[in-house]
Amino acid sequence: MKNNELETQNELQDESLFKARLGRRSFLQFAGAGAAGIALVAAGCRKDRIMDVPSGSGVTLDFKDDFGVLNYAYALEQLEAAFYILVASNPPSAFSAAEKAYFQDIQFHEIAHREFFKNALGSAAIANLEVDFSSITFSDRTSVLTTAKAFEDLGVAAYNGAGGRIKTPAYLLLAGKIVSVEARHAAYIRDLISNGTFADLNDLAALGSNNANGLDGALTPDKVLGIAGKYVKTKINVINL
Amino acid sequence: MNIVNILEEIEKVDGEIYERLNPRRAAMKSFFNIGKKISLAAMPLALGSMFQKAYGQTTPTAVIEVLNFALALEYLEFHYYNHALLAAPNLVFPNAASKAAITTIRDHEAAHVNLLKGALGASARAEITYAMTDFTVNGAFPVYDDYATFLAVAQGFEDTGVRAYKGQAGNLMVSPGVLQTALQIHSVEARHAAHIRQMRTTQAAGAATYKPWVSLGASGQANDSGVAALDAVYAGEDLTLQANINIVGINGKTGIDKKAAVECFDEALDKASVVAIANLFLKTGNKLS
Repeated sequence: MKNNELETQNELQDESLFKARLGRRSFLQFAGAGAAGIALVAAGCRKDRIMDVPSGSGVTLDFKDDFGVLNYAYALEQLEAAFYILVASNPPSAFSAAEKAYFQDIQFHEIAHREFFKNALGSAAIANLEVDFSSITFSDRTSVLTTAKAFEDLGVAAYNGAGGRIKTPAYLLLAGKIVSVEARHAAYIRDLISNGTFADLNDLAALGSNNANGLDGALTPDKVLGIAGKYVKTKINVINL
Repeated sequence: MNIVNILEEIEKVDGEIYERLNPRRAAMKSFFNIGKKISLAAMPLALGSMFQKAYGQTTPTAVIEVLNFALALEYLEFHYYNHALLAAPNLVFPNAASKAAITTIRDHEAAHVNLLKGALGASARAEITYAMTDFTVNGAFPVYDDYATFLAVAQGFEDTGVRAYKGQAGNLMVSPGVLQTALQIHSVEARHAAHIRQMRTTQAAGAATYKPWVSLGASGQANDSGVAALDAVYAGEDLTLQANINIVGINGKTGIDKKAAVECFDEALDKASVVAIANLFLKTGNKLS
């Protein structure tokens, strides 16, 4: 963890880049990537030509192939990483030393997931998302834990609900390697909120769980993005779902 | 549970579901008639048998094999916890919370057994009873006399379960609906594993810490459980290369050291390795092949 401070600084710089307005230059980069394989929706292009667009033209998740699913995962990991970077760099004062250490761990897990997808997708990767964490009080332990729980449970349901869309066995395996780590995070955070709720499947019913069958949540991408929407400023377009 | 939604979901991956169901209208009719009388808890069994009738012989053999393999593991897990709760007088739970947690986990394993049995119908493997098991492995693990040992082996079971489902996911791609169900079980097992690890940390009372996620061992080995006998459970968990991408220090993120790189991806385990682990706990004559 000796490099953490440096890490955090880097991340905060990343963070400010996220929030920077998507200017003409980055749009051109985006469009250039489009030529390499990303389908840009016409509306997105049109919107960008108008002056004073508030925050970019959005990103498009095209579920016609595995890149769409991987970009979907990349989008969720971007959100999670951005959240945990802020928590780990300035944790609530009510956090214990052990909690601070584990949130540091989780931060690195989510950054690793994000960077993994970025590299795996290469030129097919969507742009950085601009986050909206205005609903979170980062100094308040309860607010942070409640949000972390929401992110992790939703992440689990997202991966579970998207697995069947993946066409490449290697990608399915990778999603499987990540989702169980998210489930471990979810269990840990739930136990912090209330010990013993690590797998409260009744409580997860809105995310598609089924307690009678012992099944965790599973949601389709449109439902997941609907729930995650409150944390994202960037418009996320979904096609070919 | 909304059966119309389920049928719609199936229609997405099998456009002929209604045609499959249609010639066997009797099966549907009897199903809906039964539906009025049975409780919600019995639904998975009923659903499973309806699909069994509709698909008849068409469920791929590979899928049946995976489900039966999963069923065997769920039987083992169920009996491990069930015996601890009902018939192990020397096993002392330190408080109500620990017993409640094991009860929750036992109930989930029972639900998984029922769900898989129902989905397999007539193709389900023979039941594994408690009498066929030996969770002490010839007395090597005093799991029903010593709480710490009980938790250590429980961690081994759960982490193995997570790895086993992950290893079989690829074989279920032909049946996306079944795959999703398996994934939904898989993440529940991961939640169990995380909690058991926390229980071990509590039990150790400062003498040791077990992270909720699979980390590196104290000497940099793949097995972070502190129990050398569980090495086979964690073999290969120290992988840091994912899809040929090195996770250590990825894209200049120096905070992602080897430990973090190991923690952030759980690894799969192939069937033969899982069977070898499971067979430690099954008596001669009842071992998996």
